[in-house]
Amino acid sequence: MLGLVATALILINLYTDWLNPVRERLASLAAPFYWLTGTPSRVGDWAGEQWRTRDELLEENSRLKHQVMLLEQQAQLLAAVRAENTQLKELMNSAESVNQRVLVAQVIGVSPDPLEHVLIIDKGRSDGVVQGAAIMDASGLLGQVIEAGDFSSRVLLITDANHALPVQVLRNSVRAVAEGTGDLYRLKLRHLANTSDIREGDLLLSSGLGGRFPAGYPVGEVISVKRDPGRAFAEVDVEPRGRMNRSRFVLAVLNAPIDEGQD
Amino acid sequence: MDAHNRWFILFTVVVALLLAVMPLPTDWLWFRPAFCALLVIFWTTRMPQELGVGFAWMVGLAEDLVTGATLGAHALSLAVLAYFSLLTYRRTRAFNPGQQLMWVFVLVGINQLLGNWVHSLAGKSVPGLTFLWPALTTAVLWPLITPWLHRTASSLRVR
Repeated sequence: MLGLVATALILINLYTDWLNPVRERLASLAAPFYWLTGTPSRVGDWAGEQWRTRDELLEENSRLKHQVMLLEQQAQLLAAVRAENTQLKELMNSAESVNQRVLVAQVIGVSPDPLEHVLIIDKGRSDGVVQGAAIMDASGLLGQVIEAGDFSSRVLLITDANHALPVQVLRNSVRAVAEGTGDLYRLKLRHLANTSDIREGDLLLSSGLGGRFPAGYPVGEVISVKRDPGRAFAEVDVEPRGRMNRSRFVLAVLNAPIDEGQD
Repeated sequence: MDAHNRWFILFTVVVALLLAVMPLPTDWLWFRPAFCALLVIFWTTRMPQELGVGFAWMVGLAEDLVTGATLGAHALSLAVLAYFSLLTYRRTRAFNPGQQLMWVFVLVGINQLLGNWVHSLAGKSVPGLTFLWPALTTAVLWPLITPWLHRTASSLRVR
């Protein structure tokens, strides 16, 4: 009897989305477990932060100051470029661009299932994270939110075997679809013609075509291209830019319409 | 209720759930023992009159919620596991440690098989027989953990 109930639950869960609201409610129950099991590593981090010598801190401080200066200089350039870009877009009557609000979240857990690449982060709907929000770290795109609970969310990484996202090559805007392989350090480009112009070292950006991910964020770098004349498509391996299993803090991109005249 | 010290059962379940989501290096994920399955075998063998398929089902549902698996996946596999464990608890008690170890391997193997079936329904493919590794690690853990559990349960008079 209970077996039947369980089987029914499984089937409902797999083939319909009726249970999604239930799961989202109950996700808050699961979060404490991840939080608790993550405590040892957090204590380790904290200890590492606390017991540092003055010299180390001074050195880090000066390094960060340098970095801030460099970034500020780039930001100044960017302002001019952005103004120009808006002007050009207005000239072309293209759609309104979107201003992205970004939220810093902490990774509190990793899914115990080796078959799925899922992170649990400590921000949920109460912070404005919604299902489908893009998640990235400082170096590139990581994934998207698949389940937004009240105070935590589950993030599907782009390397999960069930994940694919539209990308384009920075150099020449060739479009492709980057698929996860189930390997944390590999993506594959699917159905890319043998003759298309792509080489090792090409940087791939999200193209924004699916409407899920914002356009223009780095996804990965092409590390090998195999062209076999006997096959219809080239085999392209990509190394993701985002640090899939090393990021402790991630950024959640929350889309908000641009406010003209501000910023 | 209090006199029976049933809280200890709940405590072991919570610990098993914590162990089930404890972060592990990626390469070790395949070898994570099925702690909840181990607990279900232990408790149904020790208290077959009180704890049965319903108990296993609840533990499984809790595990589904905590690990984020398909709802009902562990509930199904642990309920079936409890059923087999209840059928054979007299024999399990009489087995020597080596026989128990092998029997636990078979039971958890059935559990993993059902879990794998749900996985494949969800469209995830498992390379070969790797899904059976947890059965092996759980069986190895069995003789290490159960004496301690038995001793604690006896001294607390869990009934």
